[in-house]
Amino acid sequence: MGLQAIFFYIFAFVAVASAFMVIFAKNPVHSVLFLILVFVNAAGLFLLTGAEFLAMILLVVYIGAVAVLFLFVVMMLDVDFAELRSGVAKYTPLSVLIGLIVAAELIVVIGGSTLSPSIKQTVTMPIPDVTKRSNTAALGDVLYTHYVFFFQLSGMILLVAMIGAIVLTLRHRQNIKRQDIAKQVARDPKTAIEVVKVKTGQGL
Amino acid sequence: MNSDLFLTSLHLSFPELILAVGALILLMVGVFSGERSGKLVSVLAMIVFAIAFFWLLFIPAQGLGWGGVYKADGFARFMKLLALFGSFVALFMSIGHAKENQLDKFEFPVLVVLSTLGIMVMISANDLISLYLGLELQSLSIYVIAAINRDSLKSTEAGLKYFVLGALSSGMLLYGMSLVYGFTGHTNFADIAQALSADGGRSLGLIFGLVFILAGLAFKISAVPFHMWTPDVYEGAPTAVTAFLASAPKVAAMSMLVRVVITAFLPLLIDWQQIIVFIAIASMLLGSFAAIGQHNIKRLMAYSSIGNMGYVLVGLSAGTPAGVSGVMLYMLIYVIMTLGSFAVIMSMRRQDGTVVEEIDDLAGMSTTSPFMAMVLTATMFSLAGIPPLAGFFAKYFVFMAAVDAKLYALAVIGFLTSVIGCYYYLRIVKVMWFDKPVGQFAEPSGSLKLVFGLSGLFMIVYIFVGGPIGGAVDLAAATLF
Repeated sequence: MGLQAIFFYIFAFVAVASAFMVIFAKNPVHSVLFLILVFVNAAGLFLLTGAEFLAMILLVVYIGAVAVLFLFVVMMLDVDFAELRSGVAKYTPLSVLIGLIVAAELIVVIGGSTLSPSIKQTVTMPIPDVTKRSNTAALGDVLYTHYVFFFQLSGMILLVAMIGAIVLTLRHRQNIKRQDIAKQVARDPKTAIEVVKVKTGQGL
Repeated sequence: MNSDLFLTSLHLSFPELILAVGALILLMVGVFSGERSGKLVSVLAMIVFAIAFFWLLFIPAQGLGWGGVYKADGFARFMKLLALFGSFVALFMSIGHAKENQLDKFEFPVLVVLSTLGIMVMISANDLISLYLGLELQSLSIYVIAAINRDSLKSTEAGLKYFVLGALSSGMLLYGMSLVYGFTGHTNFADIAQALSADGGRSLGLIFGLVFILAGLAFKISAVPFHMWTPDVYEGAPTAVTAFLASAPKVAAMSMLVRVVITAFLPLLIDWQQIIVFIAIASMLLGSFAAIGQHNIKRLMAYSSIGNMGYVLVGLSAGTPAGVSGVMLYMLIYVIMTLGSFAVIMSMRRQDGTVVEEIDDLAGMSTTSPFMAMVLTATMFSLAGIPPLAGFFAKYFVFMAAVDAKLYALAVIGFLTSVIGCYYYLRIVKVMWFDKPVGQFAEPSGSLKLVFGLSGLFMIVYIFVGGPIGGAVDLAAATLF
C-alpha cells in the first residue's frame, strides 16, 4: 500500500504542477510539451486505479494524435501568443467562474452515485470485478460479441470520414516534380551520362 | 452470442452486408481503374442496389438480430425497399450528368452506397446506439457528396452548412438519448417502452430527453422549426445529389421517427403527440407560405418537401396503425413524385448546354417540349393533391387517420394549407402552358426521360393500382404495433 501511495503522490503532484506550467510557460511549444507530461501522469493515475485500458488509450489517442496535432498547429501557424496573452487579466474572473462551475459539476456527478445508490441498479451490463477480470479483457468480452454490430458500423463511419477527407482535399497537380523510384532505378549510364570529348584549348 | 444466434443475425441483416461488402469492392474497383472511372463504379453500385433490393423482396426474414439491436419486420422491409429504390434511381439519373458537377469521381457512387447502408441501419434500428450510428453513417456521407463539387462556391457552402447544422442536431439527439438512457437505464426500444409503462416511468427528465430526441430527428426530416438548412442545401448541392438527399434519406429519417415514437415511446403518446402536432402544423404553414415567393425551382422543391413532411407528420401524430400506414403510403408517393420532378429539373438545359433553374425559364415549355411539360404538370397536380392523381390519395389517408384519432383541428389546418399550396404548384403549370416561350430546351437524355415518364405514369395510374399497394402497406404497418 505504501508504494502505491508514493506513486500516487508523485503522479498527482507532477500532473498538477505541469498543468500549471501549461498555462504559465512563455513558449507555446513548451506548453504543449507540458500538456504531454500531464497526459502521461494522468495515464499513471489511471494505471494505479486499475483502469489500464483507459491509461493506454490516453497515451495513444491524446499523446499520439491530439498533442502531435497541437504541436503541428503551434509550429506551423504564425500565431502571436504574446498578443493573445495580453487579455489574461481581463478574462480572469470569467475563467475562474467557469472553473468553479466545472468543479461543481464534477462534484455533483461523482457525489450523485454515492448519494443515490439506486442509479447503479439501472445499469443493464454491470462491470465485472476488477480483481477477477481486467478491464481490457472485459471490454474485449463484449466489444466483439455483444457489440460487434456497432463495432463494424463504427468502422464504416471511419471509412467514410477517410474517403471524405480525400475526396474533398486531395488535388492531383499536373506540373510538380514527383519522385518515380522505378524510373530512377531503371536509369543506366547510357541514358544518364553524356560523354563529350573536349579538345584542349577550345571548350564547348 | 453463440454461433447460432450469430448466423441468424447475419441472415437477417444480409441486405446490409451486401451493401457494406459491395461498397468496399467498389472502392477497390475505383482505385485500381483510375481517377475517372465514375461511370463504371456507378453502374456497379446500381447492380449492388438491385441485388440488395431483390434479396429483400424475395427472401424476406423477420426477427431480432445482433442481440436485439437490429429488427427486421414488415415495416422495415417496405421502407428499405423504398430507400433502395430511391438511391438506385438517383444514381441512375446522375450517370448522364456526372461530368459538369465533378460527380464523375468514383467516390461519389461509393459514398451513395455507404449512405444507403446507413439508411438501412437506421430503418432497422431497434436500439438508440444503432439508430445513432446509422444516422451518422448516412449523414456523414451526405455532407461529403453535397460538397463534392468543391470548386463551386455554392456546393461547398451547402456541404459546410449541412455539416455544421447536422452536427448540432446530432449533438441534440445524443443529449436526448443520454437523458433517456439515464432515466430508463436502457437503450433498447422494447426495454425503454417496458420501463416507461411501469409505475413512475414517466418523469420530467425523460420528457426533456424525448423533446431533444424529437428535435434531432425533426432536423433530419427538415421539419419546422429545424428546416433552415433545407433551401440552401437543396439549391447549392449538385442537382443529382439533391435528388438523392430529397428521397432515400427522408424515407430513413421518417421511418426512424416512426419507430422511435411508436415502439419506444408509445406509453408517452400524449406527450409526443403535442410535439408532433405542433411540428406538423408549423411545417405545413411554412411549406405553403414560404414557397410562394421562390423563383428558383430547387428552392421551391425544398419548401415543398418541408410542407410534405408536415403532411406526413399529420399521419404519424394519430399514433394508430392507420396513421402509420398513411405515413408509409405518403412516403412511397412522395419519393416517386420527388424523383420525377428532379428528373425534369435535371433536364432543364438550353440547347447550348447552359443549365437553368429559374421558374421563369419554364415559360412556354408546353410548346417547346410538350412531353416534359405534361409530366411536370401531372407531378405538380399530384403534389398539390388534386384527384385522381397519386398525391391526392397520399393526403387523403393521412388526413383520414388524423380525423379518426379525433385530431380535427390538425386535419382542417392541413386541408387549408394544401389549398394554399395549390397556388405555387399551379403557378408552375400556368408558366409552362400560358406564358410565351423564352427558349428551346435541349432534348433530355434517355435515362431522365425514362425516370420522369415512369413517374408521371405512376401519378396517373395510381388510382388503378392503389388498392393492392394500400393492402400491402397496411400489413407492413401492422407489424409495428
